[in-house]
Amino acid sequence: MSGLFIVQLLNGLQLGVLLFLIAAGLTLVFGVMNFINLAHGVQYMLGAYLAVMFYGYTGHFLVAVLLALVATLLFGLLLETVIFRRLYARDHLDQLLATFGIILFLNEAVKTVWGAAPLSLPIPELLSGSVPLAPGLNYPVYRFAIIGSGFVVGAALYAVVNHTRIGMLIRAGAHNAPMVSALGVDIGRLFMLVFAFGAMLAGFAGIMVAPVFSVEPGMGDSVLILAFVVIVIGGIGSIRGAFFGALLVGVIDTLGRSFMVDLLRIGVSTGQARAVAPALSSMLIYVIMAVILAMRPEGLFPVKGRQG
Amino acid sequence: MKRVQISRSGIVSALLAATAAMTIAANAASAETLKIGLMGVLSGPQAVLGQQVNNGFMLGVKHAGGKLGGLETEVIVQDDELKPDVAIGKVKQLLERDKVQFVVGPTFSNLLLAIHKPVTEANTFLISPNAGTSNYAGKQCNPFFFVTSYQNDQVHEVLGKYAQDKGYKRVFLMTPNYQAGKDSMAGFKRHFKGEVVDEVLTPLGQLDFSAELARVASLKPDALFTFMPGGMGINLVKQYRQAGLADTIPFLSAFTVDESTLPAQQDAALGLFGGMTWAPNLDNPANKTFVADYMKEYGTVPGSYAMQGYDAAQLIDSAVKATGGKLDNKDALREALKKADFKSPRGAFKFNNNGFPIQDFYLVKAAKRPDGKYQTEIVQKIFSDYGDVYAKDCPAK
Amino acid sequence: MSGEAGALPLAAPAVPRPRAWLVGVVIFCALALAPLAVPFVGGNYLLLIGSRFMILAIAALSLDLLIGYGGLVSFGHAAFIGIGAYATGILAVHGFTEFYIAIPVAMLAGALFALVTGAVAIRTRGVYFIMITLAFAQMAFYVMGSLSAYGGDDGLTLPSRSLVFGSAALKSETVFFYAVLATLIIVTLALRRLVASRFGRVLQGLRQNRQRMEAMGYSAQGFQLTAYVIAGAIGALAGFLLANSTEFVSPAFMTWQRSGDLIIMVIIGGGGTLYGALVGALAFLSLEEGLSHVTDHWKLIFGPLLVLFVIAAPGGIARWLGWRAHE
Repeated sequence: MSGLFIVQLLNGLQLGVLLFLIAAGLTLVFGVMNFINLAHGVQYMLGAYLAVMFYGYTGHFLVAVLLALVATLLFGLLLETVIFRRLYARDHLDQLLATFGIILFLNEAVKTVWGAAPLSLPIPELLSGSVPLAPGLNYPVYRFAIIGSGFVVGAALYAVVNHTRIGMLIRAGAHNAPMVSALGVDIGRLFMLVFAFGAMLAGFAGIMVAPVFSVEPGMGDSVLILAFVVIVIGGIGSIRGAFFGALLVGVIDTLGRSFMVDLLRIGVSTGQARAVAPALSSMLIYVIMAVILAMRPEGLFPVKGRQG
Repeated sequence: MKRVQISRSGIVSALLAATAAMTIAANAASAETLKIGLMGVLSGPQAVLGQQVNNGFMLGVKHAGGKLGGLETEVIVQDDELKPDVAIGKVKQLLERDKVQFVVGPTFSNLLLAIHKPVTEANTFLISPNAGTSNYAGKQCNPFFFVTSYQNDQVHEVLGKYAQDKGYKRVFLMTPNYQAGKDSMAGFKRHFKGEVVDEVLTPLGQLDFSAELARVASLKPDALFTFMPGGMGINLVKQYRQAGLADTIPFLSAFTVDESTLPAQQDAALGLFGGMTWAPNLDNPANKTFVADYMKEYGTVPGSYAMQGYDAAQLIDSAVKATGGKLDNKDALREALKKADFKSPRGAFKFNNNGFPIQDFYLVKAAKRPDGKYQTEIVQKIFSDYGDVYAKDCPAK
Repeated sequence: MSGEAGALPLAAPAVPRPRAWLVGVVIFCALALAPLAVPFVGGNYLLLIGSRFMILAIAALSLDLLIGYGGLVSFGHAAFIGIGAYATGILAVHGFTEFYIAIPVAMLAGALFALVTGAVAIRTRGVYFIMITLAFAQMAFYVMGSLSAYGGDDGLTLPSRSLVFGSAALKSETVFFYAVLATLIIVTLALRRLVASRFGRVLQGLRQNRQRMEAMGYSAQGFQLTAYVIAGAIGALAGFLLANSTEFVSPAFMTWQRSGDLIIMVIIGGGGTLYGALVGALAFLSLEEGLSHVTDHWKLIFGPLLVLFVIAAPGGIARWLGWRAHE
């Protein structure tokens, strides 16, 4: 049982790490530019598709990953320059509508270009195979790689945000963007940088999951919702909040799915537990979010002084 | 200023009127044509299945020289978007505007519940190329409803029977948390009498099965039975292989490893089992023609969805031919449909009293073809001339 | 999110106001005359599609009360449609098919759900509010999907449409169409009165300057919760109509995608005018319907259209037409 628990904990961490990669960009774009970007999820989808495409051309996993990273970065820049920078000054409702339009377009475009059938990316030879954790309990190496790279990115982000000039500007921007602008910082450049980088992180998440999940049109939509759950739990604009929020959601969701029946069996019969558990574990993260927001309406790590 | 704004109102009204006009698309058809509404999911991730049905159906029309039953044939394709309220609007459109004689669809069970009533109440034949729910097989069977696939439970029963025959003692069940998933477990258990070590219902659309697979690994069952259609199945199969379970615990599945998912699962699925009425390598002349022509036309290996769509076209062709093209005589048409007088790629095929097929079922296995593509292949026959258990509740004879 | 400063063109200076209500009258008249044209252009299915448009417009109107007037962007409004629909369906299965039972029960169920969840939700602001309403709607979605006795995810077929004092008059597509139209008009007029009342003005005041209104002694949460409950009840009324229109109920009525669609309708129209939401809903749905007849890949057109629309017409159709946000 304890072996199983450890495996589930690792699984939870892995989901959390993925959510963090997506939520990080979302929360920064939101925090610094006060911009609601629904199209963030399609960056994740695009990352996965581009990785599959470049793998098809090159046949080399690492090269495909690097090319896809560059491509998602460039695509983020393109979206920012062509569309998003016209919307920063708009109210949130306009931003919702425009970015919703982008989702519709890109989901359909991906389907038109690559077809509706799901695609996949093979796991690189080096990272295939699994590690025995306990007798009969194996854990895939690739999943360790996902967790590892997530933590590396997390640490790097933390260092950049807390110990560099850019990071200071980002933090200041999340706190009070007009003030940063008034101090003579080229806020346009800062916005572009944050945006493109956030897009790349989401793309990175998509690339990492391409070998594990199926790559299909619309794969970013449900992930986007989860990422919003994460940043709201963590507190908007806070990287630290996104990190802990993501791990919390990942772990609770995973453990809930695995142990809900056992937990309910304490109180009710097995049959009843099996009838109730699936619905309950599906809504678990939403319950947690509602409870957290009921107690802390601005999330666990609110950015001090942020308006609303 | 005011004039400008009024003209803007004009623009808005004009746009609204124009789009309304688009909605009311042209309505022209002669009385002699056979009109068929083809409805399935064509958008979103599930579109692969709807597309296969449509491809198969259109191939059937093509084989009949574009004239099903010798009549000029018009096929009107509709996307149900997997939204029941959208589907109902579109199906009424097929019935009332297009005045179709047949509706072929839908892809998914929950849409069947939505459109069954409007179609059958309009005394129009509903041919389901995929969804076959238990309620319409039993007491609520309907003289206007025919199914060219199977009763949903039967495919799950194949795996249950196989597990029983094979002498498996402990089996782990995992399906998505929706009605079809629960029915699937019930279907499996109909013939399997051993111990069910655990039943897991996962959220619909779940991507990551690592939590469930860890549990499977720790319980070490004799086999895993699962039903994970679409993208869920792709993820599950890849992760099952990666977790190292594929070589140790037999993977018995329904609608999880088939020609719609194999292009993405690829080698990860090799050797995993499924249940079906057919496979591309089933050895009979009708099937050889079907598979070869399908691959020539669409470039992919057909799945059972395509085969069932193809048979829906063949079924209509045979019935219209038998009645000499008299589409108004519904009773004659029904009698002709019941005969199922056509050569199905799956071999023997006839209808039960409830409009569901009586047919053979096989255990199939994912394999790689010589051309590098993937397909399912027949392993062994599990049931012969098998009807569903609900038919006895159907009052029709 | 500076939720309240999600500033719609609220305090727009006094522009000469092309009468918004005139557009309402034109739309209602056009809808009232539409059934006369039906025999010439197709069939009754058009009435069914028209009814669906109007039903979703009713839901969008009630959402506009929250978004446009209350500054409360609810991302869970489809839950109310679902609750109203399920109340109707479950009553019908148990033999309660009269509309005068189904409507009050459906609306009460919607109001109750709104009261319980709203009491928690309105403690939050901006995006936090968006997400917490989504959370409650998802919970409702999963609960309905697990009601095995009522079809679970497959949904529930209604034995028939609601009866009107024992008569099956609603079975006629034309009668049903007019019943929905009448409901739409009543809801529009009632909401007009509501937003013009003291309650409506306080609600808008809270959205524009919460501190000031609270300093004046108005309880923000009380007013906002009341608005939320009213919108929930109207949403459930739309659910009652939708269940009747399709004679079918399913959790697919209450997905988050549908909640998103409703928000989009309100934004296209421009929040805070009611008529904007009406135009937005009809425009959104007829574009969707119309474009999907032109090509399967209609989203390739629809998506960019939305983006261009935002860039060209900030604040939605209502502002573009120069309507004041409210009267």
